[in-house]
Amino acid sequence: MVQLQEVTLDELKHLVSDRAIQGETMLLNMGPQHPSTHGVLRLMLELEGETIINCVPDIGFLHTGVEKNMEAKRYEQAEVMTDRLDYLNTVGNNLAYCLAIEKLVGLDVPPRAQVIRVILAELQRIGSHLIWLGTQSLDLAAMSMFLYCFRERELILDILELVSGQRMMTTYIRPGGVWRDIPEEFYDAVQQFMAMFPARIKQYHGLLTKNPLFIDRTKGIGVISAEDAVAWGLTGPSLRGSGVALDNRKTQPYTGYEEYDFEIPTRTAGDVYARYECRMDEFWQSLRIIEQGLKKLRELDGAPVRSSNRKFVPPPRSELGASMEALIHHFKLWTEGFDAPAEYVYMPVSSPRGELGVYLEGNGSNKPHRVHWRTPSFVHLQALPVLSKGLLVADLVAIIGSIDIVLGDSDR
Amino acid sequence: MNNKLLKAIQTIEKRFGVEEHIFRDEYSLIVSPGDVVEICRLLRDGFGFDMLSSLTAVDYWPEGDPRFHVIYQLYSIENNINLRLRAPVSDDNPAIPTIEGIYPNANWHEREIWDMFGIKAEGHSDLRRILTPYDWEGHPLRKDYPLGYEEVQFTFNADEIDAKKPYVKE
Repeated sequence: MVQLQEVTLDELKHLVSDRAIQGETMLLNMGPQHPSTHGVLRLMLELEGETIINCVPDIGFLHTGVEKNMEAKRYEQAEVMTDRLDYLNTVGNNLAYCLAIEKLVGLDVPPRAQVIRVILAELQRIGSHLIWLGTQSLDLAAMSMFLYCFRERELILDILELVSGQRMMTTYIRPGGVWRDIPEEFYDAVQQFMAMFPARIKQYHGLLTKNPLFIDRTKGIGVISAEDAVAWGLTGPSLRGSGVALDNRKTQPYTGYEEYDFEIPTRTAGDVYARYECRMDEFWQSLRIIEQGLKKLRELDGAPVRSSNRKFVPPPRSELGASMEALIHHFKLWTEGFDAPAEYVYMPVSSPRGELGVYLEGNGSNKPHRVHWRTPSFVHLQALPVLSKGLLVADLVAIIGSIDIVLGDSDR
Repeated sequence: MNNKLLKAIQTIEKRFGVEEHIFRDEYSLIVSPGDVVEICRLLRDGFGFDMLSSLTAVDYWPEGDPRFHVIYQLYSIENNINLRLRAPVSDDNPAIPTIEGIYPNANWHEREIWDMFGIKAEGHSDLRRILTPYDWEGHPLRKDYPLGYEEVQFTFNADEIDAKKPYVKE
């Protein structure tokens, strides 16, 4: 029989002002079941009228213990869990994890696999930004945007399904390359998307960018200065909206991003509208990268897509019948996996939301000793009180949308 | 190696006497937990490390001594360099001083390592559990915390397992 205990709220008193305790201001729970919190996020608001005096985010409703579980799985097995963290950036999570493994064990990745990774990561970035755009506009009462964005995102999911067999949880990127080569139809599918999408971006701009209602709700709302944004650890478009052109694709290039020609869009206003503009510009930059990627991919037709280092990458099925070595490697890799040294690495990549960092530590065995995910949503949510102080509840809705959180990402 | 990074590391080594660890061009300094606040302040004000990328911990139970390492991943936007600090913390009432005053975003990270490892951040403004429920027992990411699973109930042992389940029984 479980004892029910009485709980006092004394230890939570420091979260609110004295006026709240005397009953002068109102405490209001927003969430965890609130449509505009983009998942299961609870915000405890201290309000005076409709003005936010303080906002205390409460997270953890989607905590799944991924980090603990990964410690109990072999390196390759643990990868499927990475998709489930930030479910709008599945390819990016796989990429971050695989890059960390490759860095830890010193594994090479063939050029064709790198190009495929870049193209898929950028498609995923567009897909993630589409969800952001759709939900942000939905929160600001532009219902049709939501439908348009999901319509376009469906095409990206179709492409992911084409290459991996899965719409969302792809696990397509693997240590040492990608799971298998892309099918021939991939080129056409991506090219069709590329041909269609620019007109759609212009349509979005036409609907929102100069829309007075949208501007009223976003301009001058949720302003954060560049210094504050850096101090609070904001990254990605949320930081670039404040004028700091920081992007891991440029500063610490990975998987061949240094070979692509693209820009980091920034704005200086630091408000919701500036962050909106940054993300809208990123659509164009991602399209540029994909276009260059497709060209590179054509040049590399027929090249290998996975490392030939058999200590980490299983041999192709066709070798198994002909080579004893291949059979042994296959057996060893699928029963024991590979060992990683007792060292540690930190691998930051640029997810659509910001810096996604994987801290990976090995202990000489075939399972990671510790995996820590530095997730952008976790860090961004923490700055929510700073962004929303003194504004109205309706503005808070716009701000939550503009920092682009995914609760699976923040709670892990 | 980047000159700025070299200078930062040399300064810290001279003042605090730390150990250095290099792997794949990533620099880690193993520092004493008492010096963390001072070193962070020096790095932020003197060497442009303006961003705390990540803060986490590792458990080396059972053979590790000291048992925990707290890991600070610092980044300098201006100079584009990374530096990692590792502070070993012993098992006996594990605690580190908070660096909230230097990097405000350490707040939630420190709550997380309290929640997950039971390492207290001394001087922290709001040290509550963050990811697990407020009445949770234990610190899940410790190595001696079981992974946990549901025991499968068969006809012969259904009642026995049911008795151990934590829901309220009649």
